[in-house]
Amino acid sequence: MSEREVLELLRENARYSTADIARMTDLEEREVEATIEELEAADVVRGYQAVVDWDKLEDERVRAEVELNVTLDRETSYDDIAERLARFPEVKALRLISGDYDFDMEVEGDSIREVSQFISEKVAPVPEITQTVTHYVMASYKENGIELGDGEGDDRLSFSP
Amino acid sequence: MTFELSDRVQTVPPSGIRRFFEIAEERDDVISLGVGEPDFATPWAARDAAITSLEQGKTSYTANRGKRALREAIADYVADRFDLGYGADEEIIVTAGASEAVDLAFRAFVDPGDTVAIAQPAYISYEPGVIFAGGDVLPVPTKEEDEFRLTAEALEAAGAADADVLVLCYPNNPTGAIMPAEDLEPVAAFAREHDLTVLSDEIYAELTYDGEHTSIATLPGMRERTIVFNGFSKAHAMTGLRLGYALGPADAIGAMNKIHQYTMLSAPTTAQHAALEALDSCDDDVREMVAQYDRRRQFVLSRFREIGMDVFEAKGAFYCFPEVPEGFTAEEFAEAVLREQGVAVVPGDVFGEGGAGHLRISYATGLEDLRRALDRIEAFVEEHT
Repeated sequence: MSEREVLELLRENARYSTADIARMTDLEEREVEATIEELEAADVVRGYQAVVDWDKLEDERVRAEVELNVTLDRETSYDDIAERLARFPEVKALRLISGDYDFDMEVEGDSIREVSQFISEKVAPVPEITQTVTHYVMASYKENGIELGDGEGDDRLSFSP
Repeated sequence: MTFELSDRVQTVPPSGIRRFFEIAEERDDVISLGVGEPDFATPWAARDAAITSLEQGKTSYTANRGKRALREAIADYVADRFDLGYGADEEIIVTAGASEAVDLAFRAFVDPGDTVAIAQPAYISYEPGVIFAGGDVLPVPTKEEDEFRLTAEALEAAGAADADVLVLCYPNNPTGAIMPAEDLEPVAAFAREHDLTVLSDEIYAELTYDGEHTSIATLPGMRERTIVFNGFSKAHAMTGLRLGYALGPADAIGAMNKIHQYTMLSAPTTAQHAALEALDSCDDDVREMVAQYDRRRQFVLSRFREIGMDVFEAKGAFYCFPEVPEGFTAEEFAEAVLREQGVAVVPGDVFGEGGAGHLRISYATGLEDLRRALDRIEAFVEEHT
């Protein structure tokens, strides 16, 4: 049970200190540390990343959602194709999905040119891939459950009964 | 000319926290643990329903007692969550906040000269409400050693046997105390024995972190003498929408409705649309907010213990009620920690007897701010003790 609670808190804010997680869950700090170590060792927790609002930075960041259609044969499975694509560092996320196309792939780069080149030179030529449709992200409103707007602020009075 | 103010108005002293506002104004880095309302915004589905109702021009009065669909939803909700059985037709009234419902009850059940016993520390509006209705207030102090629960002994000692009405608020503002069923039973027996009308403010019922909330109205022989107050301000984070309700026997709710129809007509219509949606589809939002409060509660209690301030295990609402260190009154501590560290807390005396020497700490604030505020309180305590 403590595993679930700790995981929930890490998903809320991976930078909570183990001491604070212990205070919030009524666990001992060393229990929290052990739980996190176990989660990491079991590959349940695969990493920790910042949620970035790129619009707030000068640097351009180009992101694209790419639809991929593939054909399979006896020797090639979805997993084989996925493994091959996932190794490219440009690919930030790759999911097999239901519906009109097979894979949903998120690609990130420094420019449209870079991302386009990656798709045309590295992805499209893969023999099993029959079609790619690239959608460039024009604006982002929410990432990883965090709204990127200006927020609603706190206009409560500093004292109320 | 000057207005000749009524005696009733003049009897009520000005609010005890007014001057703290002014001190808080002097700093721009104040973190407030003095707030008695959620930091969450109303769940989006409820706000969306309110917007849609406005777009559709649903801006007229509703039935005096509130929209029928809302009363039916409330009846289902309180039956499901708290085992309270009330009919939508005659036993429920929707009001402008639970505060209006409490005021209606005082005016409907208190005659001049009647005695209203109030378990204290308690929300600050009960006492003025009784005075405005012409009644006499009988404070019944609760004690930290009883975890601020009301006992039959305390009622007896305060002379509540001769009272006409008893006011309870559990989960409690300001202490965070709860009253489990076994503690309610002797209080209910006392009320039956001495024929007291019970006004039970259960606005924080959803915010119970240890077991389930029990309403005193569910105990044997209590439904016929109890009015239960609840609303959407706390659990559904709808304070500014002003929507509450009262549950009680038909004749009692009818009497309250008589005052309500001549003074308020009906509770805010837009808020009623939001409330209906809140009951329809926001259970998960409520559960998530309650889970957050519970984590913060444990965080805050842990930090006070680390700081070395005594604090009892508050299990409800979003308050805890630590003791101030020796050498301070609650008011002195609250003023000094605001001036020196920019942390706003409310001295317990404000909430009546039994509150002296304590601080009301609201944890309806994000964890980051709670952490910074408690670090500042720690620095303050280290410097002064």
